[in-house]
Amino acid sequence: MLDPGHPAPGRASALEEQIDQWRSFLRRRQAIHAVDVAELEDHLREQAAGLVEAGLAEDEAFLVAVKRMGALDDLSREFAREHSDRLWKQLVVVPSDAGEAGPETTKDAVVALCLAVAAALAVKVPALFGLDLGRDAGFYLRNASLFVLPLLAGYYAWKRKLDPATIRWLAVAFVLAAAFANVYPFEAHVPGSATHDPGSTELLTGLHLPIALLVVVGVAYAGGRWGEVAGRMDFIRFSGELFIYYALIALGGGVLTGLMAMTFRAIGVDIEPFFQNWLLPCGATGAVIVASWLVEAKQSVIENMAPVLTRLFTPLFAAVLVVFLGTVLWTGRGVQIERNVLIAFDLLLVVVLGLLLYSVSARDPRSPPGLFDWMQVVLLVSALLADAVALWAIAARITAFGFTPNRVAALGENVVLLVNLGWSLVLCLGFLRGRRPFASLEKWQTDYLPVYAVWAAVVVIGFPPLFGYV
Amino acid sequence: MEINKDLVAASSTPIVLAILAEGDSYGYAILQRVQELSGGRLEWTDGMLYPVLHRLERLGFVKSRWETADNGRRRKYYRITSIGREQLAEEHRQWEAVDETLRGLWSALQDSVAPTRPPSAAPLPQGA
Repeated sequence: MLDPGHPAPGRASALEEQIDQWRSFLRRRQAIHAVDVAELEDHLREQAAGLVEAGLAEDEAFLVAVKRMGALDDLSREFAREHSDRLWKQLVVVPSDAGEAGPETTKDAVVALCLAVAAALAVKVPALFGLDLGRDAGFYLRNASLFVLPLLAGYYAWKRKLDPATIRWLAVAFVLAAAFANVYPFEAHVPGSATHDPGSTELLTGLHLPIALLVVVGVAYAGGRWGEVAGRMDFIRFSGELFIYYALIALGGGVLTGLMAMTFRAIGVDIEPFFQNWLLPCGATGAVIVASWLVEAKQSVIENMAPVLTRLFTPLFAAVLVVFLGTVLWTGRGVQIERNVLIAFDLLLVVVLGLLLYSVSARDPRSPPGLFDWMQVVLLVSALLADAVALWAIAARITAFGFTPNRVAALGENVVLLVNLGWSLVLCLGFLRGRRPFASLEKWQTDYLPVYAVWAAVVVIGFPPLFGYV
Repeated sequence: MEINKDLVAASSTPIVLAILAEGDSYGYAILQRVQELSGGRLEWTDGMLYPVLHRLERLGFVKSRWETADNGRRRKYYRITSIGREQLAEEHRQWEAVDETLRGLWSALQDSVAPTRPPSAAPLPQGA
């Protein structure tokens, strides 16, 4: 976009050539963007001009100016530290000047693949002890995240070379998780029946344990940078891409099994048992590790998808919510109080949070407020209003309903999300009015991550005894 | 005299903000001003100023804009924001506190150089 080459008339072209070369060296550093190169070049030229004025020859002046600029490695490290969003794209893939994919990349792939196989086999280990996927659904539900997330955390502990103290803490977290998932005497849903269908608190444990453990994985992923906003933000970016890769792999797996079923049916073989007992559980766990390896390995190859999707869907969701609110106002219809209404509004807030989170993660915090930021405010305001309408309707009748574990969990989630989105709105408005930097929204979102884990842990640890293991 | 790296890094924020509080400026001119004020004692590697400026911009302390200079070159100017001024005031208070503490210590040291050292008030811990 910039054309910095405005050689003053009469200036020797040798200098221009040298500057060209210097510029191309700089451009190879991925943390330094073209605008920055232009800014640095302006500096270099002025410095050189000053030195020439002081009596140096042009080439001498150039050399001194380059030297004063600092070593390229140090410079690009400083830029990388400041612009971690740029660096995220090439965390793993070896720098371009190191040539083709080195042994590091191959080793990563092998380790990831081994761990994926280990995770796939881990799912089948309980079967050796007579636990059946169909009969003991409750056991598998509670432990689903424990088959794969410790391995994923282990992968990053290895990759980021975590120090032993951190690894110990991670291990303690997983051991505690395994204990709380399995020591409680959960009641069968249907007393006296042979099958063990998961009950309410058991289901809640199964749903909340992965949330709590994901944050543990995040600590491993951040590799010692969990204390920094940038480190946690990297994990947020990672989680979005992981979700998309996982969905893509699941789609591919669906096509594969569909074709498999058709072709084998043609020769009179039913693959249904194999599919249910092996392909689905093993594939679903192994795919998590494969997907997270892909996210890291392919970062620089493709544009991050999660931010693209948020750009696409933020206006659509905002429009739907505004129309919804308009309809509520126009028709005067209250929110129908059904069993799942609270969960529906929780999901709405989750989606809105996702849209906010992944667009925050990709935004250049230094660019000025734009139309998209306003769109986001519309989305936040309408989501908060819609949720307020629902909460109003529920609050009026919550005592008549009684406090079941599901309802309390849903209400708690609603509060957790509401607090996050409410303060996000304040920060967004502050940014749009130029009162606050965009970085404060980033900081709020990354600081809030542990809150989800704490709430999930409360549900896992506190709810079963509180509600009598129903 | 060379000032140590940590001190240079820690003082970069208030120095850059204070220079910008004098008026809008750009990288090279900021460095010139630092040189002039410190009499060359504060050695900054030129390139390192830019990540600092970008960090200040991300935090909302400064705003940047591109302008065309007299010689036809495009140049990036920085301006301090109201948040930046608040931050500068805060930094000012903090540095003053550090400065006062050190001043007190320097003068205490100077006073205690002349007379004999007072007997050590703190006894050694038992079993040390």
